[in-house]
Amino acid sequence: MATPLSNIAPHTADRDISTTLQSKILACIDSHTPLQIVGGNSKSFYGRAAQGEHLSVTEHCGIVSYEPTELVITARAGTRLSDIEKVLAERGQMLAFEPPHFSNTATLDTASQSTLGGAIATGLSGPSRPYLGSARDFVLGAKVLTGKGEILKFGGQVMKNVAGFDVARLMTGSLGTLGILLEISLKVLPRHEAEQTLIFERNTQDAILQINKWAGQALPLSGTIGDGQKLYVRLSGSAAAVREGVKKMGGDLLNDDATFWASMREQRAAFFQDDTPLWRFSLPAACAPLDLKGEWLIEWGGAQRWLKTSADSKDIREHAARMGGHATLFRGGDRQGEIFHPLSSALAALHQKLKTAFDPHGILNPGRMFVD
Amino acid sequence: MSDIDRTAFIATLNRILPPHAALSSTEDLHPYECDALSIYRALPLAVCLPETIDQVREILRACHQAKVPVVARGAGTGLSGGALPLTDGVVLSLAKFMRVLEIDPLNRTARVQPGVRNLAISQAVAPYGLYYAPDPSSQIACTIGGNVAENSGGVHCLKYGLTVHNVLGLKVLTIDGELLEIGGGALDSSGYDLLALMTGSEGLLGLIVEVTVKLLPKPELAQVVLAAFDDVGKAGKAVGDIIAAGIIPAGLEMMDGLTLRAVEDFIHAGYPMNAAAILLCELDGVAEEVSEQIVRVSEILKQAGAIEIRASRDEQERVKLWAGRKAAFPAMGRISPDYYCMDGTIPRKHLPAVLQRIGELSAEYKLPVANVFHAGDGNLHPLILYDANTPGELQRTEEFGVKILELCLEKGGTITGEHGVGIEKLGQMCTQFSATELSQFHAVKHAFDPLALLNPGKAVPTLKRCAEFGAMHVHGGKIAFPELERF
Repeated sequence: MATPLSNIAPHTADRDISTTLQSKILACIDSHTPLQIVGGNSKSFYGRAAQGEHLSVTEHCGIVSYEPTELVITARAGTRLSDIEKVLAERGQMLAFEPPHFSNTATLDTASQSTLGGAIATGLSGPSRPYLGSARDFVLGAKVLTGKGEILKFGGQVMKNVAGFDVARLMTGSLGTLGILLEISLKVLPRHEAEQTLIFERNTQDAILQINKWAGQALPLSGTIGDGQKLYVRLSGSAAAVREGVKKMGGDLLNDDATFWASMREQRAAFFQDDTPLWRFSLPAACAPLDLKGEWLIEWGGAQRWLKTSADSKDIREHAARMGGHATLFRGGDRQGEIFHPLSSALAALHQKLKTAFDPHGILNPGRMFVD
Repeated sequence: MSDIDRTAFIATLNRILPPHAALSSTEDLHPYECDALSIYRALPLAVCLPETIDQVREILRACHQAKVPVVARGAGTGLSGGALPLTDGVVLSLAKFMRVLEIDPLNRTARVQPGVRNLAISQAVAPYGLYYAPDPSSQIACTIGGNVAENSGGVHCLKYGLTVHNVLGLKVLTIDGELLEIGGGALDSSGYDLLALMTGSEGLLGLIVEVTVKLLPKPELAQVVLAAFDDVGKAGKAVGDIIAAGIIPAGLEMMDGLTLRAVEDFIHAGYPMNAAAILLCELDGVAEEVSEQIVRVSEILKQAGAIEIRASRDEQERVKLWAGRKAAFPAMGRISPDYYCMDGTIPRKHLPAVLQRIGELSAEYKLPVANVFHAGDGNLHPLILYDANTPGELQRTEEFGVKILELCLEKGGTITGEHGVGIEKLGQMCTQFSATELSQFHAVKHAFDPLALLNPGKAVPTLKRCAEFGAMHVHGGKIAFPELERF
C-alpha cells in the first residue's frame, strides 16, 4: 500500500530502526535507566528540564507513505519536518496546523533540524490553530514504542476511525512521557489558493473584541496577532473568499506577510528576543486583558497570549485559572520547577495512573511534564 | 447478585432517587432493553433517571460499593449496542439532563448538559448566526453526551471534523464519584489530552455530565450539486477526483440505485430514478466562492462520466436534497422488514473495488445491500437487507457483515468510522488490534476504572473473548454472544 519512497521523496532518508530502539528500551527496563528522548533537539527548551540518558530517534526516519488524493501522510518520527513540508508543497498540500520548528540553526525558509516526532510530542501548533485545527486534530494514527518495550499501533490512515481508545491523540503533546513515537499518520490539506494579511490600529482590548466578533462571521480567518498597537489578521482560502473578506474588513495590506507569520510562528520576531521568562496563556478567546504586568502579545484570536514577565508564577496561574484557562512557563525561568499549570488532585492522580499504564518502569522522559 | 442483595441495592437506588426515577419492574425496564442495534437485547437490574449531578454521583458510588456495573445511556440511538444493558447492571440514563446552560456568542461556545439533543444545540445558538457542526443522521434525537461517547461524525465532517474536533470541555464523573474537569473554554489544557481520550471511549472511562462545545459561524451560502452515474464504480472514482483537485466539500455523500429509489418513493427528494448511483456534493462559503467551486466540481463530475449534474437553486431545494439522504435508513425500513447497518472506513481510492466486492458478496449471501455513505471520508454504510423472521437470515446477515468489515481492514481501513464498537464489533477488534494493543486499552481503562464497572465487556474485547472468537471463526455457523436473547 505504501508508495515507494523513491517515487515521492527522493530527498529524504529512509531508515527503520524500530527494533534497535525496542532493544534499547528493553535493556533500559532491565538496568532501570531513565531516558530522555531526543529528536532534532529544537524544542529541548520546552517542558521541565530533561534528565536521563539520551535516546536519539532522528535515525528512525523517512516518509512511509504519502497519497495526496487520500490527504494522508505517514512518516517515521525522525523525519525532518522541513522534508515533510517540502514533499507536501510539491503536491500543493500542507500541514494545516503550521507546526513551529523552533530550530536553532534554521533561517526561516531553509531546512531545520526539527522532526515530525518532536512536533507531535510537543503538540504545538502555529497561527492557524483556532481556525484550521491543532496538531492533535490532524493526527490520524501513531505507531508507538511504550515503556514496556512494546510496539503498538493506534488509529490508522483514514479520516474517520473510532475503533479503540484514541491513544494516537493522547500521545500528542504528552512530551514522550507515555511512549516513543515511531510513526505518525497525519491528515493534510490542500494549500490555500490565496492569502492576504490586513493591519488595523487597535489596542489589546479592542483587538480581542474585534477579532472575536469577526470570528463569529463567515470570514476566512487563518491567523491573528495583536501587539498592543496593531492587529494583524491573515485571511486564507479561495481567491473569492479572501477578496470578499478584505472588502468587508478594510484595514491596510501587509506586504511580505509570509515572512511576518513565519517570524511569529518561529518566535523570531523582536518580541521574543528577550531573556525575561516567557509565559504562554491559554484562555477563552474573548476574555478581557489580564491584569498582569509585563509585555503582552495576543495570538489565536485571544486564545493564546504571550507574556514576558518576572512576576510570581503563583500570581500568574491564579489569573489564568480565574479566567478559565491555564498558564505555561514556555521559555526561561526555573526549568526544574512547575512548568505546566498544576492539575487538580483528581486529574494529577489520573495522570500518574496513565503514565504507569504506558511506562510502568518510569523510564520515558521522567519528570518532563510534571514532577513524577 | 443474590435476591437479597438485589433488593437491598434497589432500595439504595430508591433512597437516592425519587420514586419515578428509579425503575426496576420488568415492564418499566423493557423500553431500555436495547439501543438502535435492536438485535441485542437484555433487561438490566434497574434503570436510573437522575436529574442532578449529585444524584449521578451517589448512584455511581452505590454501584461502586456494591460492584454493580453501570451502562450510561443518552437517547439510545447508538448503532453498535454500546447502551445495551447488562443483566446484573444499572442503566444510567442522562435523558433528563436537557438544559443548555450557557451560550457565549463572542467566544462561540455553548455549555450544555449531556442529554441535550445534537440538533437542539444548533437551534439554540441559531439566533447568533452560529451552529454546532457535527451532524449525525440521528441528530434530531441523539444527545451530545452520546455523541461525545461515540465520537459521532455526520455528513459534514469531511470539512468540519468529528465530535473530537468540536468539543472543548467535559465534566466527567469517575466510577468513584470524583468530578473531573477536562478542558473548558480554552483551546487546550494542561497535561495529557484527556479530552481526546474521553471522546469515543464508549462509556468505559467515565460518565459525561457536562459538555462545552465549539460553535461555528454559519456559512454565507451552501449549495448542493447532485450528480447521477450509470455505474457505481464511476461515482466512487469521482469522489477521489474531487479531493485530488484540492477541493474539500462541506459534504460528499453517495447513494446507490437501490437506496435512491427507496428514498425517492419515501421522500420525493427529486433524485433521478434511473441512476446506478448519485453523489451529493455540498459546497459552502461566500457566494462567489461557491459558484466558482460549483463550476469546477461540475466539470470534474462530467469528466468522471456523470450522466446528469444539477445544483440546488435555493435553500429549499438544498434542504430537500439532504432530506433524502438523511431519510435513507428509514426509507430502507419501508422496503425490507429488517436491515443491518455496517460502518467501516477505507482509503477513498479503494471505493470502486470495495463497492464491487460488496456487490459480489451480496450475490453470494443472497442478501441485497444498499449503499448510502460518507464517500468523501471513505466511511461506508452498507445496509444489508434481511428478514429476521426467515430462519437463518440474521445469521447469514451477520456473517456477511463480518466479511465487509474484514474487507475494510484488508484495504487499510477500520472496522468502525463513527458508530463505535459497542457489543457488535468486539470480534473484529481482535482482528484490527493485536493482543498487546488490546491489553494497552485495558490498562487505560484500568487507570480510570480499576474494578471494570463502567460499561464492561463493550468496545474492547477481553483476550479470552478474542480466543473464543477465533475458535468460533474456525468452526463457523455459531451465533455470536449466545448468552444474549435474540429477537
